Amino acid sequence: MKLSELKELLKAKELTNHISLNVEIRSVIASDLMSDVLHSGVPADLLLTGLANNQVVRTCDIAGIKAILFVRGKVPPGETIKLAEECTIPLLVCEHSMFEACGIIYSKGLKPLE
Amino acid sequence: MNQEAILSEEFEISGGDFVNGGRASCLIKNILKEIGIDAEILRRVAIAAYEAEMNVVMYARRGIMKLVLTPKRIIIKVEDEGPGIHDIELAMQPGYSTATPEMREMGFGAGMGLPNIKKNSDKFNIESTVGKGTNLEIIINLNNKNV
Repeated sequence: MKLSELKELLKAKELTNHISLNVEIRSVIASDLMSDVLHSGVPADLLLTGLANNQVVRTCDIAGIKAILFVRGKVPPGETIKLAEECTIPLLVCEHSMFEACGIIYSKGLKPLE
Repeated sequence: MNQEAILSEEFEISGGDFVNGGRASCLIKNILKEIGIDAEILRRVAIAAYEAEMNVVMYARRGIMKLVLTPKRIIIKVEDEGPGIHDIELAMQPGYSTATPEMREMGFGAGMGLPNIKKNSDKFNIESTVGKGTNLEIIINLNNKNV
């Protein structure tokens, strides 16, 4: 599924400017613990998180995760959005809880890692 | 061990600076990516460097991260001025953490940092003096894809 389709599915808003949403999403990780995100052997394509700070973007840049979706309407500070634009990582935000967002995505056939 | 370095760079890390924390590791990742280091090796180096950098940000006053590239391996050295580690064996256990609530709010302090550095390294050395600081040496071998 493309990130742009996922955006429609979750009624999400785009936070970054000029970063393409034409990104293929096959696997997803959902976590507020960056250490857990870094611990996985292969990178997921998308991170779902309720944590909204610079380290989320750094973690995805380091781990090779292509996109970030913030749940529960959590919008990170402007500096975090700017950092994501520098790293070419698209940021989205949706109003769903983590549980709901994961359920919706899972029901559409997207899979966890491994 | 430290045979003819092709590349050698140094980066400063400021303790407590969560805004810029991780910057040095991202720079290292970009430098190595530009050179054409294999993606899997690049990811291991980046993750190990980032976990080490965030440990300095979280626990130490300041630190230096050195990147050395030789024809056979990538070496990351992190030297910090900080409280040091009382019991290295305990700190290496997955889940053991002395993180503060502030660190946990940043998504860290799950007690996976040092074990994750070791997991991503081919060789990992750690030395620490309580009240002085901690030195890490992370070695990741290059494979023939990089030559």
